[in-house]
Amino acid sequence: MSATTDPMSATSATSTDVKKPLTGPAATRAVRTAFSSPTASIVAIAIGVLWTIPTFGLFINSFRSKSDAATSGWWMFFVHPSFSLDGYRQVLTGQGGLFIPLVNSLAITIPATIIPIFVASMAGYALAWMRFRGSDAIFFTFFALQVVPLQMALVPLQQYYVHGLRIAGITVLPSPGVNGTLAQIWLSHTMFSLPLAVFLLHNFIAQLPGSLIEAARVDGASHLRIFRSVVLPLSMPAIASFSIFQFLWVWNDLLVAKTFGGSNPALQPVTARMQSLTGSYGSHLELLAPAGFLTIVVPVIVFLALQRYFVRGLLAGSVKG
Amino acid sequence: MKRNARFAAVAAGVAALATVAGCSSGGSSGTSSSAGGGGSAAALTGDCAKYQDYAGHSGKTVTMFGSILSPESDSLNSSWADFSKCTGITIQYTGSNTFESDLPVKVNGGNAPNLAIIPQPGLLAQMVATGAVKDPPAGTVKNEDNWNAAWKGYGSVDGKFYAAPMSANMKSLVWYSPKYFKDNGFTVPTTWADMMSLSDQMAGKMTGAAKPWCGGIGSGTASGWPATDWLEEVVLGKYGGQVYDDWISHKVKFSDPQIQDAMKVITDWLQNPKWVNGGVGDVKTIATTTFQNAGLPILKNECGMLQQASFYEAQWPKGTKVGPDGDVFAFKLPAVDPSIKTPVEGGGEFVTAFSDDPAVQAVQNYLSSPQWAESRIKVAPGWVSANEKVDQSLYTDPIDQLSAKYLADPSATFRFDASDAMPAAVGAGAEWTGMVDWFGSGKSSADVAKAIDAAWPS
Amino acid sequence: MSATYVSLASSVAGQAATTLLGAVEAVLGFVAILAIVFFVAGRATGRLEKPLAVIICLGPALFLVALGLVIPAITTINNSLTNQQFLGQQKTKKVGLKNYVFAFTDPYTQQTIVRTVLWLVIVPAVAVGVGLLVALLVDRMKYASIPKTMVFLPTAISFVGAAVIWSYVYNYVTPSQPQTGLLSQVVIKLGWSNPPNWLITPPLNTFLEMVIMIWIQAGFAMVVLGAALKAIPDEVIESARMDGASGFRLFRTIQVPMIRNTLVVVLTTVMITTLKVFDIVFTINNGNFKTDVLARQMYADMFVTSQVARGSALAVILFLAVLPLVLYNVRQLRREREIR
Repeated sequence: MSATTDPMSATSATSTDVKKPLTGPAATRAVRTAFSSPTASIVAIAIGVLWTIPTFGLFINSFRSKSDAATSGWWMFFVHPSFSLDGYRQVLTGQGGLFIPLVNSLAITIPATIIPIFVASMAGYALAWMRFRGSDAIFFTFFALQVVPLQMALVPLQQYYVHGLRIAGITVLPSPGVNGTLAQIWLSHTMFSLPLAVFLLHNFIAQLPGSLIEAARVDGASHLRIFRSVVLPLSMPAIASFSIFQFLWVWNDLLVAKTFGGSNPALQPVTARMQSLTGSYGSHLELLAPAGFLTIVVPVIVFLALQRYFVRGLLAGSVKG
Repeated sequence: MKRNARFAAVAAGVAALATVAGCSSGGSSGTSSSAGGGGSAAALTGDCAKYQDYAGHSGKTVTMFGSILSPESDSLNSSWADFSKCTGITIQYTGSNTFESDLPVKVNGGNAPNLAIIPQPGLLAQMVATGAVKDPPAGTVKNEDNWNAAWKGYGSVDGKFYAAPMSANMKSLVWYSPKYFKDNGFTVPTTWADMMSLSDQMAGKMTGAAKPWCGGIGSGTASGWPATDWLEEVVLGKYGGQVYDDWISHKVKFSDPQIQDAMKVITDWLQNPKWVNGGVGDVKTIATTTFQNAGLPILKNECGMLQQASFYEAQWPKGTKVGPDGDVFAFKLPAVDPSIKTPVEGGGEFVTAFSDDPAVQAVQNYLSSPQWAESRIKVAPGWVSANEKVDQSLYTDPIDQLSAKYLADPSATFRFDASDAMPAAVGAGAEWTGMVDWFGSGKSSADVAKAIDAAWPS
Repeated sequence: MSATYVSLASSVAGQAATTLLGAVEAVLGFVAILAIVFFVAGRATGRLEKPLAVIICLGPALFLVALGLVIPAITTINNSLTNQQFLGQQKTKKVGLKNYVFAFTDPYTQQTIVRTVLWLVIVPAVAVGVGLLVALLVDRMKYASIPKTMVFLPTAISFVGAAVIWSYVYNYVTPSQPQTGLLSQVVIKLGWSNPPNWLITPPLNTFLEMVIMIWIQAGFAMVVLGAALKAIPDEVIESARMDGASGFRLFRTIQVPMIRNTLVVVLTTVMITTLKVFDIVFTINNGNFKTDVLARQMYADMFVTSQVARGSALAVILFLAVLPLVLYNVRQLRREREIR
């Protein structure tokens, strides 16, 4: 990591005018070279490997028989290889297959990821750039609500979906009529994600350079227009990182889907199907290993796909020092 | 039609999102679980004639919620497939491994299933107390006599019958390897004293990690329950039904000398360092070994015996032969005090209704009939009914036969799993924790008892 | 036979298509409504413009949060003042602050509170530290997506999956037997002939459970901090390098100050997640062997052991515990705004 001994930095220091640093691609190249130190790469890879070993053990055990996995460590696989795709076969074909649950999971996850992003970034923008009396108080309320455990909301929210909102016997708000549909799950996930989403996106949006927004104001753009054409595009990195995690939480969620998902087993997401595969007395816990692997594939694809939105230099030249 | 309903729901959801308060107009009420026409009870003919009693609800859907998961839930679905085909009633079963915490949430949120299969009399009583449980229909009440008084009692709350028993499992079993016993000249013990001397004899012969007994009380968030069964077996087998019942109602406390003596019996038995934990390690390992894995050392001749219920049969790896001359089999756990007549501890489920829709009642009636029980028995082994009217010759599996023999024995001292009948604060909380501490942390019996008694809700 | 297979296949495909279409319809419908609202409201000018924009932008979020979180929170506070035992109990009575008194005087709960504070201090610090380290190391590295994906992987695994994975690490078997737990195997190879039964040995077990949480959260910290680092233009780094900053100094004087705000945000988020997490403690040990934390005890009280009022009191305590965090962030934000 010590770049002082890096010959590259020495050369660039001598060959470049100190008053006029590199810009654009030249700067990118120079920085990239300076930072691609082998030590950094080795340390990064080492942490990566350390982080992967536990999962790797599960991966190996997903190919081993139940009794092998229960009586010897997964590393014994390399000494006495025993290979079986039985677990995967059971997970993929059990109870009518995994296809419909996968589709259900997607149908739950996609709206439950996109809707909160819009709602939260709008709120974040309003709280950050449209100052009005009470806007701070509202932001702090959002922030503090993060800690309300969603388990608390299961019963009151369900009562609202079924009967509408009643205070002292009077219906204040009628039921939205979504009982038993996926819409109920989307709404619930949106509600539960908002405090964190508003908090994260607000903090990012608040850091956007004021000059950009001022300039748009001067050009006569309305608040809504600024949101659409300035704030939203510039917030892509924050939106991308938030959507990864919102996607993951919804994808891995069992509690909300189970509580609000109605009683039709045909509408269950993957997590519910996986759970029912493990057997009444936990007699098929070994299926958790292959099942875990199959469910992890989709989030990793999403992660890799969204990574390219972490574009460097989106705000180039306009970040305050 | 279905598409439109979905779209309406979507629109309603979206409207709720996009506008401020007072957004939606109520609109469509989503899907109703009992939509569709009833019509007159057309006569069922041919093979369907036997379902005539349940006819007249064609096109209806009955939702059912329980803790039973695949593959056992698949067997349930096949057991009523014929009934559904003939009567036109669709039964939608959903299982959850957190059933006990999900059910109160659903019921209290106004989203109760039509029927719930409740495995704990304690939870049944709690549900009745919320006022959501419906009285059973006349047909189910009539079937009440299919069960003995003890079973009926566990389906009742404050003396009023609510829920008919469904399946039954036999807890008072000891798993062993007939082959290993035969090779070493051991015989199956029939008295407690025999069992103790057999353990001594085994311990003398065994070497290495092998021990006469193995056990595991790890069960994720329910860790500790197998040890509550051990204590229950000893209390029932040492003092009989009356003390057991008083213990459930906390008239006899855990710190009572009788329960303390029962704990002493376990200290000498499953906490005896010379006797446990076969194939795994010392006494403390019982606390961390999962109950699923507990018996596997038996197959490697590293453990002599395991006390575990009939449903442990599902844990043996594929290809394990279960039977009197197979790889593993079970014998009835003898009574601690020989004067107690055939103590049998069991568990089971109770079909509880949250709807009095006639179609739901038809299903309820059917499930309480010997006809359904026999249909379920024929689907797959590993399932026993406590229904006394069931034809015992239908059981094909040796463990089912053994369990059924004791569960239907009118002279046996039958009692339900005590921790399932105690208040949840104890039966699913303090007692489990207490057992884990007792085995895993070496806490004394007196301290364990004190902690459990303190948690008893006032 | 084949005909039924075909019809089955087409019905499965049809069902899948209907389900997905419903989801797409919802998203499109939602976006369309937003577009219309933006279009219509965009025509408003003058004095109406700002209030209208505020209502449109903030309204939906406020409405949803009020419905999904504020009302339940009020219900919870209410419940914590009663003697309610199970959900839907019909006769409950007010008992004042009895449940709070219990929480602070019961020795078991006191220990739980202390342990929760430990979690709150250690987990966010280490998880964010590791996340920041990886984000920095790979920030300008070639093939950065490989180590990033490796560290991210645990985040994508459900808690149930994580529990299974770590059981293969922490499993204990007597040393004379073949080991099934990686940790035991490693320390035995390193010469510790008689390792403890990890998960039942306090206080070690609490730290081992923290490791799982750190393992999961580091990926979150890495992704968010990585995105923030990416937002620092190369020009800034390059000009700093021109001035002679490099290595740790570059990191300390340029990179950290520039992502300071994000760092606070991530730290806060991980803290709140840690405070709320109960799944790990719940699934690994169920809070036994002195590993209990507030969130698990609260969950069990409310949904497992039928002591709703006590659980509600713990929930309120959890809520109050975050207030200092909120206040700190408020001050940060105020300062931030003054600079701007």
